Amino acid sequence: MRLDRSTLLWALLVAALLLLVVNPLARLVWTSFQHADTGALTLGNYAIAYGRWRNVEALVNSLIVGLSVGVLDLLFGVPMAWAVSRTDMPGKGLVWAAVLGTFIMPNYLGAVAWMLLAGPNAGWLNRIYTSVTGAEAGPFNIYSMPGLVFVIACYSFPYVFVFTRTAFDLISSEMEDAASTLGASVWRTTRRVTLPLALPAILGAFIVAFLEAIALFGVPALIALPGRFQVVTTMLWQFFEFPPKVPVAAAYSMPLLLITVLLFWLQRRLIARKGYVALTGKGGERRLVKLGLARWPVLGYCLLVTTLSFFVPMIVVVQAAFAKAWGRGFSLDNVTLRNIRFVLFDQPATRDATWNTFLYATAASLLALTLALAIAYIVQRRLVPLGGVLTQVAMAPFVIPGIVLAIGFYAAYTSKPLVLYGTAWILVLAFATRFLPIAYANSDAAIRSVNPELEDAARILGGSRFLALRRVVAPILARGLAGAFILVFIPATRELSSAIFLYTTGTQVLSVLLFDKSDEGNFELLSSIGLVLVVVTVALVMTGFRLVGRDFMLRRTAT
Amino acid sequence: MSKLVLTGVSRRFGSVTAVEDFNLTLLAGEFVSLLGPSGCGKTTTLRMIAGFLEPSAGTIALDGQVISSPGSARPPEQRNMSMIFQSYAIWPNMTVAENVAFGLEVRKRPRAEIRTRVAQILEVVRLQHLGDRYPQELSGGQQQRVALARAIVVQPGVLLLDEPLSNLDANLREEMRYEIRRLHDEFKITTVYVTHDQAEAMVTSDRIAVMNAGRVEQVDAPRALYARPRTRFVAGFIGRTNFLEGEVRGGEVIFDGFTASAARFAETPAAGGRVTFSLRPQSIHLHRARPATSDAAVIVVGEITQRAYLGEHWDYTVRPAESALTLRVTARPHEVFEVNEKVWLEIDARQMAVIAEA
Repeated sequence: MRLDRSTLLWALLVAALLLLVVNPLARLVWTSFQHADTGALTLGNYAIAYGRWRNVEALVNSLIVGLSVGVLDLLFGVPMAWAVSRTDMPGKGLVWAAVLGTFIMPNYLGAVAWMLLAGPNAGWLNRIYTSVTGAEAGPFNIYSMPGLVFVIACYSFPYVFVFTRTAFDLISSEMEDAASTLGASVWRTTRRVTLPLALPAILGAFIVAFLEAIALFGVPALIALPGRFQVVTTMLWQFFEFPPKVPVAAAYSMPLLLITVLLFWLQRRLIARKGYVALTGKGGERRLVKLGLARWPVLGYCLLVTTLSFFVPMIVVVQAAFAKAWGRGFSLDNVTLRNIRFVLFDQPATRDATWNTFLYATAASLLALTLALAIAYIVQRRLVPLGGVLTQVAMAPFVIPGIVLAIGFYAAYTSKPLVLYGTAWILVLAFATRFLPIAYANSDAAIRSVNPELEDAARILGGSRFLALRRVVAPILARGLAGAFILVFIPATRELSSAIFLYTTGTQVLSVLLFDKSDEGNFELLSSIGLVLVVVTVALVMTGFRLVGRDFMLRRTAT
Repeated sequence: MSKLVLTGVSRRFGSVTAVEDFNLTLLAGEFVSLLGPSGCGKTTTLRMIAGFLEPSAGTIALDGQVISSPGSARPPEQRNMSMIFQSYAIWPNMTVAENVAFGLEVRKRPRAEIRTRVAQILEVVRLQHLGDRYPQELSGGQQQRVALARAIVVQPGVLLLDEPLSNLDANLREEMRYEIRRLHDEFKITTVYVTHDQAEAMVTSDRIAVMNAGRVEQVDAPRALYARPRTRFVAGFIGRTNFLEGEVRGGEVIFDGFTASAARFAETPAAGGRVTFSLRPQSIHLHRARPATSDAAVIVVGEITQRAYLGEHWDYTVRPAESALTLRVTARPHEVFEVNEKVWLEIDARQMAVIAEA
């Protein structure tokens, strides 16, 4: 009887993973080899997808963006990580908060902010430039390749920061002391010992930044399209314009998928080479490098980067969100609550999108978390065979770019036997799949922290496994799971790259709405939508701090 | 009356055999320890008794009913047992009183009864003033007492303890040994106690089952186990010992360097063959002059080759004359001999136990 019940649960979980992960992926690959009308096997889709120079150029552009962003991220993130982790730089709390703030800002809102700042002619920076120099036009144009790289880098360097900081944190001072006692200066020690020890982590961070950059849809769509150039993701979007050419899109997305899988594998291998990274344990005292007078320029650099990524963009976004017309500047008679009210209450489309956003995110988070918990539990307690495979499948979406996942969902669920397209479910399921790895990693860690003997104790005293779960495991896990919920919920509220292919009228969410409205040039509305997301995120992050502790967000999402 | 009977119990994990052909019968109210080095299969055996593991072969019966056999094991919650875990497994989300009350709640006892019984048992383990505390606020020893109270309060048919003292410091461990025995004397619960510490097993148990590499070597009361070990492993694991190999010929046992009449031994070795004895260091006495002969004593001349003073006693190593043997001898602190000094050994033959050689 006991056996039957666990078999049933196992079957349910397998079914869920088939529905969420395996089927969309399989259909994606399958569709890419299928003739759109006849369904016959063909390589024609690949020929169409890569038969035009324009399409190949978009792929090349993506690679250029990825590499440039990776390099820029290292320039932004590594010095900051080193300064915060290893030196006596003042104002670490402020820098840390600014990095967190950058993390909290949806990257497409960052793009909006930089459109306000560096749009040709009207952008703040250009206006300041012309008014100071008296020139005809300012030099800044965000709708360009450098502009795109810069904006993406601003909102992906926190990954590099978190990765490298963790590595720096693990290097014991004794390693550095050993060099110092042999007569090496601070600079020499850092260059010859500290940095090389952190190198695998830095390379790993570079890969993550690269992948983040090439998988992004929102920022390129806002910046590259008006700039009249394409990257892979915007190209995919064009394949979906009516009538959608799904097989071609599927074929076109394959390189993106393969590059991602390959590089994540490489990143794993880099990080896993323990002999190289100085994982001599947390033992070993860590002392901070005394920067002396150099600490002010170092702090200045950290603040410069975060000013570009967080402080200034936040100011212009808030100004626009509360402005009657953002171009009229910072004066009290320009302030209004109209935009915010419009988003939240007045206009049915935006009001519904607000409601949908939080409803879908809640549903997706609960679904992902329930599934992840169940899998993590039965795998760790060895209740079923082949637990390792379940884990792998649950973690698989981690290496699938959101936009590719969305094409897979579209291919799998727009036709019989299971038609989900057009309903809210396809969005909820896609979000749940997309963030299943975050949910899984957190659930797994949480369950690992519960000694199985706590459950055994409840059972030997006469409680069933279910009672043990309810009375003992659940209360102990509650806090950790609340943190995990927040970590899934936040990206689910702002998810754009998968939503953009799967929404229909009536199932719009805020991110999609923001993107839709971007053609109209109504920056006050765009900023208001973004601000709503930011405010909700901040509230959740604060809750997370209270429940789980200060570091929970930066630590858990990035690993 | 037999309470718990293990018959031919084996357990394999893949190709590894953790427990093999384990047989043991516990009488009602008996306290039996499973003693052995780590990895000998004692915890696996305990978890099979508890129902967390199924045996690969053999059966476990409780009160005459089979509760475990290959392919069918009554789940732990239906065995009316209690267990104390190495980690104590005190639930951190419940207070001391809530922890203790859990088993009674599951058994659907009336609330008033639960309250009285929890209060009573907390008094027994001397924690009556800590009922409202959370486990994190307690010391290791106090947590141990909570675990005891929680296990005993439900009056289980069988109480299982899995290395319960291994996380305590030395002083507390010694105190808790007596505490566990005291509680057993008070409640008379049939108990299986797993430990790798022989002193713990000796203090607490009625009988000890010594395990090695998945098998039971010997089951006996503590004194018998020490005085009459049956295997080389038991003799070496319980206390320290000397192994003496001899040959039985014509009513005499011939050792390396000396002989003794076979009749002197408590167990007469079988004639015509080799025999191994275990001789405890305490069963040899050292003398400066030749001691008077007696029926039981074997007198041998030897020389001190090594000595160490350990405060409570001396540890000497002695080589009998014209022999390659080295014997370890324990002597009282005032019995001082120098290295290379000639001594007379008085060996108490009645304390020598015949070891079965595999």
